[in-house]
Amino acid sequence: MPLDQSFTGRTYPPTPPYLVGREKIREFARAIGDLNPAYFDVEAARALGHRDLVAPPTFAIVVSLEAAHQVVLDPALGLDYSRVVHGEQRFEIHRPIQAGDEVNVVVIVEKIRSVGGNDIITTRGEISTVAGERLATAFSTLVARAPDEVPA
Amino acid sequence: MTLVNYADIEVGQPLPARSFPITRTDLVHYAGASGDFNPIHWNERFARSVGLPDVIAQGMFTMAIAARAVTDWVGDPGAVLEYGVRFTKPVVVPDDGTGAMLHVEAVVVDKLDDFRVRVELTVRSGDDKVLGMARMLLRLS
Repeated sequence: MPLDQSFTGRTYPPTPPYLVGREKIREFARAIGDLNPAYFDVEAARALGHRDLVAPPTFAIVVSLEAAHQVVLDPALGLDYSRVVHGEQRFEIHRPIQAGDEVNVVVIVEKIRSVGGNDIITTRGEISTVAGERLATAFSTLVARAPDEVPA
Repeated sequence: MTLVNYADIEVGQPLPARSFPITRTDLVHYAGASGDFNPIHWNERFARSVGLPDVIAQGMFTMAIAARAVTDWVGDPGAVLEYGVRFTKPVVVPDDGTGAMLHVEAVVVDKLDDFRVRVELTVRSGDDKVLGMARMLLRLS
């Protein structure tokens, strides 16, 4: 069933504040096998000009997950999440996320289209500190594959 | 830590090629750290039931690993201004004691003002190009 086009342009309320902790940055960096000292050693991060441990470039996905769920799990949208694969992802980083940042995310539905029976939705997540400093913009495109299609 | 200088960079310059193994354990570790518990990334029975050939890696995990080919080179991960990819083919991770191997090549494609450079990444697993339009914009010192 095609997605409800009227969702285009919809803005969801900001997510609850997420406090980025040093151990979460270290845990995420270990999980991606990335042992860059700027993720583990505060002095190494400071030597590079950061206030505290810096998060890997794709860490923004951790804080945007809940925001994205507001959209993709919204029953009114009608997305079949069991058939969803990630199509595209892009981050614009205005200032790297660092330990100690308290952030929230506002997610906006940018585009909804249907191609060959696949539903495609693009969202934009604006990640900011609760004080209003812009940190990153995350563009995500999700594809709900048509039920009879075997994925590539 | 060595830092790459803008002045020393030339367009067309390749970055050191890198290869990264991916096992089922890595996918479970990433699921826990990222909060993405979609069973297609750890449950073979479920993956097959939705038409996938086997368990596949999280796209975001592949994206994160590929980034290391650039951030290890540049030194400061805070140099990344933009990073975007298309997930063109799934990275299938079999439970065979070996898993998958990700091969990452990167090249400087543009030198811009304000100490910025654009890098293009080519990311393969087996014969498949698994990321498309993989580009990073960096600000160097």
